Amino acid sequence: MAAAAPPLKDELDIVIPTIRNLDFLEMWRPFFQPYHLIIVQDGDPSKTIKVPDGFDYELYNRNDINKILGPRSSCISFKDSACRCFGYMVSKKKYIFTIDDDCFVANDPSGKQINALEQHIKNLLCPSTPLFFNTLYDPFREGADFVRGYPFSLREGVPTAVSHGLWLNIPDYDAPTQLVKPRERNSRYVDAVLTIPKGTLFPMCGMNLAFDRDLIGPAMYFGLMGDGQPIGRYDDMWAGWCIKVICDHLGLGVKTGLPYIWHSKASNPFVNLKKEYKGIFWQEEIIPFFQSATLSKDSTTVQKCYLELSKQVEEKLGKVDPYFVKLADAMETWIQAWDELNPTKAN
Amino acid sequence: METIFSRFHLIIVQDPDLKGELKIPEGFNLNLYTKSDIDKVVGSSSNAISFSGYSCRYFGYLMSRKKYIISIDDDCIPAKNSNGEPIDAISQHIINLTTPATPFFFNTLYDPFCEGADFVRGYPFSLRSGVECGLSCGLWLNLADYDAPTESLKPDLKNSRYVDAVLTVPARTMLPVSGINISFNNELVGPALLPAFRLAKEGKVRWETVEDIWTGMCVKVVCDHLRLGVESGLPYVWRQERGNAVESLKKEWEGVKLMEDVVPFFQSVRLSESAVTAEDCVVEIASSVKEHLGPLNPTFAHSAETMVEWIKLWKRVRAN
Repeated sequence: MAAAAPPLKDELDIVIPTIRNLDFLEMWRPFFQPYHLIIVQDGDPSKTIKVPDGFDYELYNRNDINKILGPRSSCISFKDSACRCFGYMVSKKKYIFTIDDDCFVANDPSGKQINALEQHIKNLLCPSTPLFFNTLYDPFREGADFVRGYPFSLREGVPTAVSHGLWLNIPDYDAPTQLVKPRERNSRYVDAVLTIPKGTLFPMCGMNLAFDRDLIGPAMYFGLMGDGQPIGRYDDMWAGWCIKVICDHLGLGVKTGLPYIWHSKASNPFVNLKKEYKGIFWQEEIIPFFQSATLSKDSTTVQKCYLELSKQVEEKLGKVDPYFVKLADAMETWIQAWDELNPTKAN
Repeated sequence: METIFSRFHLIIVQDPDLKGELKIPEGFNLNLYTKSDIDKVVGSSSNAISFSGYSCRYFGYLMSRKKYIISIDDDCIPAKNSNGEPIDAISQHIINLTTPATPFFFNTLYDPFCEGADFVRGYPFSLRSGVECGLSCGLWLNLADYDAPTESLKPDLKNSRYVDAVLTVPARTMLPVSGINISFNNELVGPALLPAFRLAKEGKVRWETVEDIWTGMCVKVVCDHLRLGVESGLPYVWRQERGNAVESLKKEWEGVKLMEDVVPFFQSVRLSESAVTAEDCVVEIASSVKEHLGPLNPTFAHSAETMVEWIKLWKRVRAN
């Protein structure tokens, strides 16, 4: 009997930022090989990054990014994995899965290998429930349902825009926590997917993430980080706060939980501290900003929402540091670049 | 449950409608309250407040002088975790109630105070001390707390998924609190655990009631307003089979229909700054129920009255 075709085989791209190598792909081969890869090579463009044989891919280095975007390439970070969002922009598919090159296949408690991509696809293809919390987590999962008291009118759910996966082994801690707890490992497998409620923000990690490009793509800008920027390791956080405000506004869902991947590499906490340092202070202002951000009802598309948000960033966060004025500008540039590369979706 | 419960003081409240004498196993340190005790204490307001059926437990809450209360339905026994070990639900509830909750920002690794976990990158440091936990909502293996329509459609649906997490339900997010397996900080939120929402055909199985759902949302509004936490997840209890969902279906549509009004109401109710205790909050919620829900259905109008009576009773009992 023929095996079922890999789900969304021709509708999903896997975006991988890398500055080192792609050896990790070997372990993922059984799960990733049917899919198209978009590799975004950070750092020195003259270096050749070898893609393991048998994968169908396109690869972009900094020279390619500069050529394709021209002056607008200024919005794409250099020497930071934030550059991955270039991959989102050039993709022609409906769905994106992005994963870091130090993330491997994890095992579930029964010892079975976890097909993270398959779980992300399940998460994206079934509705979210942001309007009322279900105490049994995802009601659409096998073996679960809505609990007593859950209003029937809310049981249809809303479309899922983002699926945020987690990590076993090295947890995604900030530098201060890493310094205090260098040996802590995440060994708890929490067998749940749940929708993050409307009005609630969360720290979105870009290590193991999937989303619907049509629903939320233009808001997945990972900001200005790395070389020449005062901050690093806040790229995915920034995108996560933006997308959550926009998803809440547009009635879309964000899920978190399964799937787990195995995160193998702990980056240097002292290096991380230098990158994050300003972010740790700035997030105290940034979070209240996003918590109270509202969008006008005229913002009916992701692009309109994002541009409205960028103006608010300039106005309200510009006072915190001039970086945010630059960032707001880059957010606008990003949308221009996105619309140019994705003309049929722009309106 | 003996080894788990016997270290603690039990308050047993016999449903006033349950005739005859209760047979209670030996070895427990307990107080037993029956209909005559209820009538003695509640006195003249027994017309407004009904303590029959599942609501008899609220009399127990009223009588307790302890800081923490744990309440588990009588059709639940200890569950086993994924290693086959029996779960001490009491210990877990106590852990939930005595460690901080984090309602203002979602932690993707769930409870950051749990062994082996912490706050993740991007979690603001100013929010890392958390707030006190007011209510801890546990879950159920085997017979999950589904409503009658769901149970009738899927009679074989058993909950066998052990989700090893406790999480704080974010501020301003409403949830259906199941009274089957809960615990709370009596000092902080006690007055909000109230018997106020009786269906016209209120029954003796969980499918035939939504009183706990109403109460749970009151508690959530109170906690959100007073900056306290509500947690959900562990511990699990094992819930045994009981009742006939299809039979209950004939009675339960009322509760299901009323939820359509109840949920939007609780999602939008806001309390004044002068409400600084749980009692104050309940009185304000009652007033809002009377104004906004009362006109829709007499059940709501009655609930509003009962809530006010309950607070009077609560204060009277506490004063003595």
